[in-house]
Amino acid sequence: MSQTPIYTEYHPRWYRRRTSTYWWLRRPSYLAFILRELSSLFVAWFVIFTLLQIHALKQGAESYQRFVDWSKNPVVLIVNIIALFFVVFHAITWFKLAPQAMVVRLHGKRVPAAWIAGPNYAAWAVASALVAWIVLGG
Amino acid sequence: MTKKSLEPFLWTLFSAGGVLAALLIPIHLLLFGLAVPLGWAYPSYEHLLVLLRHPVTRVYLVLLCTLALFHGAHRFRYTLYDGLQIKHLNEVINVLCYGGAIVGSVLTVYLLWRIP
Repeated sequence: MSQTPIYTEYHPRWYRRRTSTYWWLRRPSYLAFILRELSSLFVAWFVIFTLLQIHALKQGAESYQRFVDWSKNPVVLIVNIIALFFVVFHAITWFKLAPQAMVVRLHGKRVPAAWIAGPNYAAWAVASALVAWIVLGG
Repeated sequence: MTKKSLEPFLWTLFSAGGVLAALLIPIHLLLFGLAVPLGWAYPSYEHLLVLLRHPVTRVYLVLLCTLALFHGAHRFRYTLYDGLQIKHLNEVINVLCYGGAIVGSVLTVYLLWRIP
């Protein structure tokens, strides 16, 4: 080897075994992982949907009514139902992961996972109730 | 080198956005994506406009939207990286993901800056 090898961020290619592009179809847990990751697309969709709603609200009552009518379109409705499924999946996996990311010790013993996941679910319920109350309270 | 020092910051945005997305997006989508179009709930235009005008709502929406965008961008970047293993397109993917999040954030602030 007379040449200096080119530095790459990864292992040199000749040391790596090629993984199939469809590796995530091999096991249900791999598929769940990739579905969880795909929730990112629906989070982005939610932001677009919300920005359109804010824009419509700013334009006036008629414009907002057009937005509501558009959201009644079956395609938009189905996209929103799928998006809801994905963001709920994101929320559950996120709260489930919290005890693993947050190691709390009390008297030298690790606090049970439920003690950390529990308050997360409680916060979810409270936040949801609060948003619903503020939006619908009028 | 600059990219390496930026990574912890991007992970922080990812987690902050992840928490907000988990706590708040499901109820938002349930209300405005399902309940309103299906006629289960009727929040009036006037009520929603009053809410939107309130500074607290505007700060709330800016935080929710921008952090959710950076959360999504970061996660989608790694979905492409792990899922499809298109590592040779890394640079393009980074620019598209974070660029999209930046554009969306600017748009959010612009929309919420002034409410008539």
